Amino acid sequence: MPRGPAAHDETARRLATIWRIEGARIVASLAAMTSDVALAEDVAQEACLEALQAWSREGVPQNPGAWLTTVAKRRAIDSWRRRDALGDRYASLAAELRESDDDDIETIGDEVVRLLFVACHPVLPIDAQCALALKLVDGLSSEQIARLFLVPVATMQQRIVRAKRALLAAAVPFDVPDPHEWRERVAGVLRVIYLIFTEGYVASSGERWMHRELAYEAVRLGRRLAVMLPREPEVHGLLALMELQSSRFAARVAADGSPVLLDDQDRRRWDHAAIARGRSALRRVDALGRGRGAYALQAAIAEQHAIASSVDTTDWSSIVVLYEVLGRVAPSPIVELNRAVAVSMAEGPATALRIVDSLHRAGALATSHLLPSVRAELLARLGRNEEAREEFNRALATVANDAQRSVPLRKARSLARSERVDGGRW
Amino acid sequence: MPKYMLIMRSTQEALDASADMDFTEIINAMGAYNESLMEAGVMIGGEGLSDPAEGFVVDFSSDDKVVTDGPYGEVHELFNGFWMIQVADKDEAIEWARRCPLGPGTKLEVRRITDESDFADFADNEYVQKEEGWREELARRAEQS
Repeated sequence: MPRGPAAHDETARRLATIWRIEGARIVASLAAMTSDVALAEDVAQEACLEALQAWSREGVPQNPGAWLTTVAKRRAIDSWRRRDALGDRYASLAAELRESDDDDIETIGDEVVRLLFVACHPVLPIDAQCALALKLVDGLSSEQIARLFLVPVATMQQRIVRAKRALLAAAVPFDVPDPHEWRERVAGVLRVIYLIFTEGYVASSGERWMHRELAYEAVRLGRRLAVMLPREPEVHGLLALMELQSSRFAARVAADGSPVLLDDQDRRRWDHAAIARGRSALRRVDALGRGRGAYALQAAIAEQHAIASSVDTTDWSSIVVLYEVLGRVAPSPIVELNRAVAVSMAEGPATALRIVDSLHRAGALATSHLLPSVRAELLARLGRNEEAREEFNRALATVANDAQRSVPLRKARSLARSERVDGGRW
Repeated sequence: MPKYMLIMRSTQEALDASADMDFTEIINAMGAYNESLMEAGVMIGGEGLSDPAEGFVVDFSSDDKVVTDGPYGEVHELFNGFWMIQVADKDEAIEWARRCPLGPGTKLEVRRITDESDFADFADNEYVQKEEGWREELARRAEQS
């Protein structure tokens, strides 16, 4: 093993990767021992700093995870000593440490689940939940998370520090939720993972239209959760949805970086292995026999697109039905708008326009470009070009993302040239 | 995220030696490794290969292609199976490969699985285009099986 700065850099790289693979288990086992996630994370970081020095000199040990855990446990004890908290807890911990000093760390999937539940605790703001999930469970550094979310590193570090303090202040236990709040808390975890995914799938602002890396982190979290909570239908439902949506990554962006709508995508470029994984996750939902939740229903809709060879051969009637069910399970104006799009394909634009108009009258989606975009599309298909143009301009005014702006812009221009505009769905 | 294939390569001696080992032990060690890949959310596929005695090798060194039944005689390393993983980068692929419970006489060859960006310069090639369609067809078949 080389010595000096090169060895240091090489070790730092390996350490970061080892942390990515084992960090969650290490922090989880420390948190199980200390009942304090913030402390667990802090001492684990201290152990990493020590590892960097020691491993640069002596090479990476055979079982780096066990090495880090043992050192971090010692630091936890030091920290209690400093806090003058020499009580029973310290004594038993010290005893346990002596016994387990050379033991390998075990596979402790259930402790990682606990870590995920703590990271996604409702006492935290949602953006902090996303950051903590990536930090604690995915083993990413604050710098990496900041880069993925396109925010300054200092902002992200502050967000994470505040989140850890908030967990401490609220005395959030390192545990799985109680039965009476189980469903809600599982839903909270899924929401965080899907938010991370969508943030990557459609970057919410700026020029970068799609940020695949972040979306893949969410897929990875989803796959992990499917192993940890195999009996939760919506866990598989969300995984199915993310696999199916991510199958279109390559086809969603043109060579010049502009978005390509579903209709115009080259379906041969979809990732068919991802589609197969998504469909198999959806079958696991059905095999559990407890019905399809909102994620599974959205996955089932994505599945209909995934298995169709073109827009024309898509089973739009099935999609309409799926949107109707989704509208009952999880009613929202976005679902209703999507149903309208599906209806326009199954039954024609006139019926669909009635749905969109009633959304419009209800004042739904007032700040989004989606409603005017769809309305414009339907009006154009009905030959009402003047009204369509007005709607496209309205849509343009509300698009947040530079690349997405190009779509209504193109449509408005082509309409201005009185060309026929074909169903471009979002 | 890139995908990698971890390809197990063993010498005949290592294979013979493993025949004397407790098979339950091997299954447990491999099972624990596979479980760790699953729990990390990186495993996307993998298969084991049957005894090389069931296989054969086709040698293209001469015009008259030579077919040799397994276990291949002079060929020193045998492919036993593979994993496919999807990971953050090459470093992570290396780290996972290191963790594989294999013994002396065995190697893991790790190769990145190509994606369409590797063939960007040949995007107009008829077969490259066809291949995308074949992938779709293969996925559909895998789905039905």
